[in-house]
Amino acid sequence: MSTPARGPSAPLAAYVLALADDALVAAQRTGEWIAAAPQIEEDVALGNIALDQLGQARNLLTYAGSLQDPPRTEDDLAYLRGPEDFRNVQLVERPWADDFGVAMARLLVLSTYLVELYARLAHSADETLAAVAAKAVKEVDYHRDHATMWVLRLGDGTEESHRRMQAALDAEWPFTEELFDDAYVDPTLLSGGVAVNPAVLRDPVSARLAEVLASATLRVPQVTAAPGGGREGRHTEHLAPLLEEMQALARAHPGATW
Amino acid sequence: MVTGSTSEVSTGLDAWAVAASVLDPEVPVLTIEDLGILRDVAEGPDGVTVTITPTYSGCPAMDAIRDDILSAFRHAGRDDVRVEFVLAPAWTTDWISEEGRRKLEEFGIAPPARPVPGRVSLTLSLRCPQCGSPDTRELSRFGSTACKSLWVCNACAEPFDHFKTL
Repeated sequence: MSTPARGPSAPLAAYVLALADDALVAAQRTGEWIAAAPQIEEDVALGNIALDQLGQARNLLTYAGSLQDPPRTEDDLAYLRGPEDFRNVQLVERPWADDFGVAMARLLVLSTYLVELYARLAHSADETLAAVAAKAVKEVDYHRDHATMWVLRLGDGTEESHRRMQAALDAEWPFTEELFDDAYVDPTLLSGGVAVNPAVLRDPVSARLAEVLASATLRVPQVTAAPGGGREGRHTEHLAPLLEEMQALARAHPGATW
Repeated sequence: MVTGSTSEVSTGLDAWAVAASVLDPEVPVLTIEDLGILRDVAEGPDGVTVTITPTYSGCPAMDAIRDDILSAFRHAGRDDVRVEFVLAPAWTTDWISEEGRRKLEEFGIAPPARPVPGRVSLTLSLRCPQCGSPDTRELSRFGSTACKSLWVCNACAEPFDHFKTL
């Protein structure tokens, strides 16, 4: 078996790990904007957003690790797995192409999705998941406001900002499909009211995004979905270098603390 | 602030006061009690269990707060203390005490909107904590820590922090 978790909690462990990896990889990528954003206020904003995402990742990773047999710590899971063991969607792992519009396009999609997900997960039959989600939903709601404000400003701004905002959306859109794929969620978690079926998030997320894009004079991209596969450990070539940077210190000095 | 003496603590009378004396490292005018993150202090046969909850999921101050709680109890003569973290119910700025709101304002941080039962909170304008003017504007929705945003007063031109309503 290549699955790290066995026994009755294995489906739950796998589900929580996927949510945790989305948050962790998003946090690491978002942190790249610190000292690279177009304004100092945005350095601070994206630093804070990355910190929220990292906090969500830590809560989820700690829980996912506790469900594994033998149990693993959040650090084991963050630092000692290779790309093939990560279960995040490809949306969050891709680089920014040095374009702030890409950062705002992705943050809009991701935070809109996470608001809908966490709002429902806050009512999960699993107490820990419900608690993590109830905490996180207020944070991602604030992220969504922030991204919405920028997409409105850039979309309905100058010719140049409009063009680049649309291009950023067009580039992100093929990777949104994977967010709604329910194949990775064990059916028993859905029937037990533990997990949220990602497929049911499609309509509310699409409606909200369409509303924001219309106000920003942008169009909803009509594009073909990317092949996906992140939930099964198939990733773009961009995840490995991201993990290498994130894990280098912990791997060079196992067990080090400071 | 007067905290429990060693003798009171060893008889289990004032463990809450010891925990409640710990200051928040990021807003050091507030105690963790003022901030509403101190949830429970329980004395049992195995010692004292202090339960705290984070303001934000990624609040980096939680480890420092845990160490400060342990240190406060050591100074009070107790080392059989455990600090536990809980996430539910999720912290809200409604839990900041009146005393906490007053201290924030004195420190130059505009406190969060007051809780109004059954109504969506909407911050239309903040009063400048330096000069009292209501003529202020938001500079940045994110500030020096996760719990704050950055504002400026149009009247006295001074920037100030706002403890975001959550």
